[in-house]
Formats: sequence, C-alpha cells, structure tokens
Amino acid sequence: MKPRLTLRGLTRRFGNVAALDGVSLDVPPGEFLALLGGSGSGKSTLLRVIAGFETPDAGTVQLDGTDLLGVPPHRRPVNMMFQSYALFPHMSVASNIAYGLKREGLPRAEVAARVAQAIAVLRLEGMEARKPHALSGGQRQRVALARALVKRPRLLLLDEPLGALDANLRERTGFELRAIQRESGAAFIMVTHDQAEALALADRVAVMDHGRIVQAGPPREVYDRPSTRFVATFLGAANVLDGTRTADGALDCPGAACTLRAEAPLPEGGTAVALRPERIRLATEPGENTAAGTVEESAFRGESSLLLVRLSGGATLRVSHAEEDGAPPPRGAAVRLAWDRDDVVPLLP
Amino acid sequence: MRVALRLVPGLWLALLVAAPLALVFVLAVSWQSNGVPPYDPPWAGQGTNPDNLRLLLEDPYYRASLAQSFVVAALTAGLCLLLAAPMGIAIARAGRWRNALLAAVLLPFWTGFLIRIGAWIGLLRDEGWINAVLRGLGLTQDAIPLLYTHGAMLLGMVYAYLPFAVLPVFAAATRLDPVLEEAAADLGATPGHAFLTVTLPQLFPALAAAFLLVFIPAAGEYVIPELLGPPDATLVGRVLFQEFFQNRDWPVASALALALLALLTGPILLFQRLGRAQ
Repeated sequence: MKPRLTLRGLTRRFGNVAALDGVSLDVPPGEFLALLGGSGSGKSTLLRVIAGFETPDAGTVQLDGTDLLGVPPHRRPVNMMFQSYALFPHMSVASNIAYGLKREGLPRAEVAARVAQAIAVLRLEGMEARKPHALSGGQRQRVALARALVKRPRLLLLDEPLGALDANLRERTGFELRAIQRESGAAFIMVTHDQAEALALADRVAVMDHGRIVQAGPPREVYDRPSTRFVATFLGAANVLDGTRTADGALDCPGAACTLRAEAPLPEGGTAVALRPERIRLATEPGENTAAGTVEESAFRGESSLLLVRLSGGATLRVSHAEEDGAPPPRGAAVRLAWDRDDVVPLLP
Repeated sequence: MRVALRLVPGLWLALLVAAPLALVFVLAVSWQSNGVPPYDPPWAGQGTNPDNLRLLLEDPYYRASLAQSFVVAALTAGLCLLLAAPMGIAIARAGRWRNALLAAVLLPFWTGFLIRIGAWIGLLRDEGWINAVLRGLGLTQDAIPLLYTHGAMLLGMVYAYLPFAVLPVFAAATRLDPVLEEAAADLGATPGHAFLTVTLPQLFPALAAAFLLVFIPAAGEYVIPELLGPPDATLVGRVLFQEFFQNRDWPVASALALALLALLTGPILLFQRLGRAQ
C-alpha cells in the first residue's frame, strides 16, 4: 500500500537546538500513529511541520505523493486538532464546526447537513447554539474533534487530544477516538507524552527523543522489544542492566552478580539489556537467568505489588509481583529472581 | 474598614460630581443679572426661569453647535479607530519591541498639552515648517492656509486622542490567543479571512470602547477647536466658553452643559453595557 504521508530527512533547528534531526517516516492510509516523547523531544514540532505552521530547514513532506512544503497551511488537505482545542470563543458550537466547510465554499445545505452529522456523531445535540465557554472540557474536546473531522481530511493531526481531560473521561474518550478513527478511515497522527495513551490507542507508536524517531512499531513490539535504553526506560520503566558482552553474546552483569542470556546474542558492542518488571518471577532454585537479592521496599498497587529488590551485586531491580501469585515476600526477605531468555531484551549500543 | 472604603468614593462623588451638577441644575433655571456672581437664583424672588432651556430648543444656533460637535467627535473617534486598530494589534505582536512602541504612544503625555498644540500651530501656520518645506521644494509660491481650518482641527483632535484609542485595542490584542489564527488557517482560511472572521470579531468590544473613550471627551472639546479650528467651527465647547466668559450668561451656559450631558448619557450607558458584556 502506498503511504499516505511520507516524511524524509526532516530537520528543524531553533538556534543550536535541533528540534527535528533527520526524521523519516511513512504513514499508510487509515493508520493511527502515536508520536510519543517527552517535552522537547520534537513531537509537536513535527506535527506543526506537517500542518504547515513550521518550515523545516531540510527534508520533504509528501501527502499521497504530492509535496506539501510549498503549500500554505490553509490549502493543505490536512487538519489539526489543537492541544488547547483553539475553539473560536465568539462563535457558537455550530459555527465553529461549520467554519472550515464555509471556507471551502460548499453550498449552504451541504454545510448544514455535514454539521448536523458531525454533531450527531460526537453527541453534541442541543449544544449547537452554545459558546465554547459554556461547555464542559469533554464537550469542548468533542467540538474540536468535530470541527477538524467535518472537513473529511485525509490526514488528521491531534496534539495531546486527551491531555486536558480528567482521568475517568480519558479512557472513554480514548475508545471513542479509536472508533471514530476506524469509521472515518483517515490516517491519524497523535502527539502524546502519555505512554499508556499511545499504547492503548495507536496502531503504531513512534518514540521520539532529541528530534529523532528512536523506534517505531506496533505498541506490543515497542513495549516488549525496546531497542534503546531511552525507549526501555521511557515506556513502562523497564530495568536496564549494564555489563560486558561475553564471547557467546550473553551479558556479564556485575550489578546483578550473574550472566544474562537472551534468545538472540547481544549485538556487537552491546553493553546493556532491558528487563520488564512484570516479566521477573520469584524462583526457588538457582540456575540460568537467576539472581539473588533482598526485598528493600514493597508497594501495593491493586492488581500487583511493586518490589524493589537489591541484588547481591548491588543493582536494584523493579519487580512487579502479581496478586494472583499469592502474597509478595515481605520487606527484608531474601529472594531469588528468575526470568526467561525471551524476556531479556538486548539494547543497541 | 469596608465602610471607610465605601466612604471614599461616596465622598468623592458627592463633593465633586453631585454637588457641582446640582449647582449647574440650579444655574440653568436662574436669571441672568449684572451682579456678582452674574445671576439671580430661583429663590431670589423671580422663581424658576424656563427660558434658558427653551432657548436651546428654539434657537437653531445651539442645536447646530451640538450637532456639529457630535459630527466632529464621531469623525475624530472614527479616524482614531482606523489608526488605533492596526497600531494596537501591531504593538501587541511586536515581541521585544512591544514596550518601546507602547512607550512611544504614551510619550506625548510627558509634554504639556498646550505646548503640543502650540507645536502644531508652529507646523501649520502660513510661515510654519510645512509651508516652508513646500515653498523650498518649489511646490507652491504662496502659503497654503493650513491653520484655522477644519482639517487642522480634526488633525489636532485625532492627534490628541489617539493614545486613548490605542490602549484598549492593545490591551485586548495582547489577550488574543495566536493559536486561533492558526486554527482558522488550518480550517482553510486565508490570512486575511482569518483576521476578518476570527481576530477582528474578538476585538469588537475593545474597538467600541476605544470609539467611545474618544467620542465622549471629544464632543465637549474646547481647546483644540479654539486654537486650531476656523472661526465657524462653533463647537459646543466654544459656545459654552462664549456664553460663560464673554456674554457672562451663566444660566444659558449651564443649560447648554446640561443638554450636552444628557446627549452623552446614551453613549455612556452603551459603554457601560459593553463593559458588563466583556
């Protein structure tokens, strides 16, 4: 399938800081892509470059094979849902939603029909005449989404679409967003700093750091197989163990006082592996991929408990102990930890 | 404490607004006389005098003067708005130049008002700088009469009141969210369209405030028409001055002042409603 959006070598510098540093990416039609990163990672700049509010110093942006960089924002067939929603405060909900359609010069009747449809899809019936300030946060969010979607863009950009909602509204709105994306068939690119949001909603997650995409892939793959130390710690706060690579591709780790062996040998020059807290078990027998330690802290978290275990080599591991496996060992208990080869993730040097 | 806080504006209003206004009311129904002060109050034996207010209604001279004042005030306010809208918006968006530009707008206040009007006289009179430059360039032989024209009067009015129009527009423009124009562009609006449909409507209350802030004082302006305007620019401020100081007819002057106040109440109420709406 031909990509809807093609980014090649995008670079944007602000003074000495590279907000974007050679970003290349393909987004197929109908994909829900999450750009995940901390503040200053370049994810918002990337979104603004695609929308046309920022001009890159180098690189290309193509939509369905057509160059976008020469096209001013108001003529790009791309729409954006802004972080603070950017609703027009002096216009009613209906006027806000109709704004983009009127700019297209569509006949009055069609504008009215499409606005009515958007209002129905986003459950805003009865709000048509209200001004944005008279709406709840969730309603404002839906108006912003309706205003962008009613244009039927081939690509919709969403800047922290759930960021301003409170926690219980987030989950429901997230599911709705997913359903709307499937129905509309448009490609969605969502910027978020919330890893749970990215993993839950997106077909593919692109993790950004210092203006680069450090890893892109399906949520499960990015989570289970982080390629770098940054991705491993940013997503799900994995344990990262450092050591020296043995001749046969295992990791000799003095901090854990053991040798960690992965399914595949460590890459040449690799000096670290990642280990997810929930993939570490308690074991009774010593053996391959086991380490001894003492429970230093234990925190109950509902479906699991988080243990901090100091290994005999000095390193501390975060261990998630599922409630269904029985009561967690108490503070001060001597334990033996074990993990499968499959759960040891070699990191790129 | 709260009582004391209310007392201050209360006293202010009573002493400096209500009392003088009551005095003007009394004067407006008094009789002109040759005494000192030059009027007989209603309780001096002749009763109330209805002629002063009737004169305003019957003598076209006063009506014409009020009408002319309103036309000049509206023109002044309109021209100020045309200049202040782009100025206020531009200063709000001037980034690190913002404070310097704002100071430049307010800078004339550091010099006395009469001195600045005097400077305009120096520029505009027949032997003034403008005519000197025109003659020097060979564009004219004889001096072009600039001073004591309606144009000079309007120029002076716009010059004097412009800062009052710039400030509210500037204040409102700084509160605008620049993302809204991006949102308009994203939805397909050209920059011009975005300005007309998104930016300008949000500034309407400030533009109305700016208009009225200029219109209300300009309607009663005396100094500028007197010093820069032609003799036939008999604006209400000048007529008041004539009645009061030249004709020593305090009752008619007071009646005229009341008429101006009554006519300005409409715009003032409108201004307050706008303030509440904001």
